[in-house]
Amino acid sequence: MPTIDPRTFDAYVVACGFLGEAAVFALGDGALRVVLGEMDPTFAAHDGGILAARLSADGRSILTSGDDGRVVRTDAMGSSETLIEKKGKWLDQLAEGPNGAIATAAGRTAWVRLPDGTIKEFVHDKAVGGVAFFPKGLRLAVATTDKAVLHWVNASGAPVDLPWKGAHTGITTSPDGKFLVTTMQEPALHGWRVDDMKHMRMTGYPQKVKSISWSAKGRFLATSGANASILWPFLSKDGPMGKAPLELGPRERIVTAVACHPSEDVVAIGWDDGMILAVRFGDSAEVLLRKGDDAPISALAWDAAGVRLAFGGETGAAGIVDIRK
Amino acid sequence: MSQPASTAIPVTVLTGYLGAGKTTLLNRILSEDHGKKYAVIVNEFGEIGIDNDLVVDTDEEIFEMNNGCICCTVRGDLIRILEGLMKRKGRFDAVLIETTGLADPAPVAQTFFMDDDVRAKTRLDAIVTVVDAKNLMARIEDSPEAEDQVAFADVILLNKVDLVSAEELATVKAEILAINPQARIVETERCAVDLGEVLDRGAFDLDRILLVEPEFLTADHHHHDESVKSISLEAGDMEPEPFFAWINKATQEQGPNIRRMKGIIAFKGDPERYVVQGVHMIVEGNHQRDWKPGEERRTRLVFIGRDLDFAALKAGFEACKAG
Repeated sequence: MPTIDPRTFDAYVVACGFLGEAAVFALGDGALRVVLGEMDPTFAAHDGGILAARLSADGRSILTSGDDGRVVRTDAMGSSETLIEKKGKWLDQLAEGPNGAIATAAGRTAWVRLPDGTIKEFVHDKAVGGVAFFPKGLRLAVATTDKAVLHWVNASGAPVDLPWKGAHTGITTSPDGKFLVTTMQEPALHGWRVDDMKHMRMTGYPQKVKSISWSAKGRFLATSGANASILWPFLSKDGPMGKAPLELGPRERIVTAVACHPSEDVVAIGWDDGMILAVRFGDSAEVLLRKGDDAPISALAWDAAGVRLAFGGETGAAGIVDIRK
Repeated sequence: MSQPASTAIPVTVLTGYLGAGKTTLLNRILSEDHGKKYAVIVNEFGEIGIDNDLVVDTDEEIFEMNNGCICCTVRGDLIRILEGLMKRKGRFDAVLIETTGLADPAPVAQTFFMDDDVRAKTRLDAIVTVVDAKNLMARIEDSPEAEDQVAFADVILLNKVDLVSAEELATVKAEILAINPQARIVETERCAVDLGEVLDRGAFDLDRILLVEPEFLTADHHHHDESVKSISLEAGDMEPEPFFAWINKATQEQGPNIRRMKGIIAFKGDPERYVVQGVHMIVEGNHQRDWKPGEERRTRLVFIGRDLDFAALKAGFEACKAG
């Protein structure tokens, strides 16, 4: 039986993750809580709210961006450094690329901070809905209105537009870099095969898709926004086109957060009533990790070994599930 | 899945052309000691004189929804900012949105109906339009936006009344009523208004929908030839099926011209009042409460719009009367 170490924080949980043994929670009020054993010290990361957060690729720090116009890196001991500062801007997007490059955005502008501290600016004619890096070559993908845009960060030359009508609110690249997928204002995803820009439409959601997660080796893209977690297959070179997605853990509620297991074909699914299920792809076998009786789950993350799952909700309920015990 | 009014954050939209007094009102709301905390979304950052960490500067970003409805435009920037603000719930009690002087209020209002997340967590309380008694007539003459801002308003703050004569004031009021007879007009000097007149109006709350009886307009007032006007339709009991079919069709066909629509409907055999309201093509309706004993079962429907086909609306409405 999995066990839960529950915590109650006093703000919206924007993101969570593990820094080694410690679990870290980024909160809407600007604070970070680091949970290790009985301790859960608070570190004030931002003078204002945290709008986006993600674990750094090396798993040793958490990156946060906030409405104080800063991107901050904080480690498990609470020591922090400001990586980007754009006074007065709401930095609500955050991505990390190869070699520690960091991207953020506010309004119509995206910025990339290179590992040497240089900051490059990319201005668009409409608001930036999301930023993501390709796994190789320092190429930035930006979601905006009516298109996605690809920028080579270090090379001059015109950006490449990938038109598709509608407001794109988020973006991700597949782990092999072959596919680009956006979430949209409409309840749908849109995708492109990067080689030939062939379109992929992924529709049928009752609500907007706000949480997405690539499974191990990028075989599936798990998504929220429906009465089950919808997983689109990206196993073949055509991606999900002409194939039915998996629909895991169907319930009469809406999925609000998803996190694929780091190595197994298993996805953790968080619901709008606070329930969390783990579901195996192959046989749809379900394990209940948390009973649902409160607010929507807003953040989910596995540790590197895939034995602990950190979760947080919109009203500050949070905790760590350990599936070994 | 709109939330009960108690948990949804109320949002007030402030419109008004440049110089009417919008920023004065905003500064008053922010500085007055009313025990409430506001998050403020503005377009011109510099103008606010109040130090408040929840003042957000934004660029109006309007886009069409991909739903085939040409007037279903929303403010994408608002969706994002409200989503961000909801992560700081508890830090503020209500949201104020200041639009630019030339803004069309429709995309702002429609954002609260078209986006599920915004709809679930906030509620549009009212559109408040600030106009000044001295310049309104000229602004309406030269700017369709000024006329639209009056047409969309739930509350009109008629400011700078100390700068005009009683006669000029009467003319301005008549002009406002000719465009929008449903708006509540509040006369002020330097936006000195009881904030209760402006905030927490529940103007889009179906439970609180009420219709203002049209004021009698005396004929000796000179009227501009406004292109935005209202039509008020009245009847007794209505047949539900033809009524719903008609109102859906009418709001589809005339949606781009409709600014606001409100109504209280008496359906044949229905003990409850049915209320409807709309912005452009968006229509929502629900049962409100029982008709009270002795209350006259009267159907009233008001459309405010630009170049509306009044004859078609009237004919369509009449055809739904219960025989």
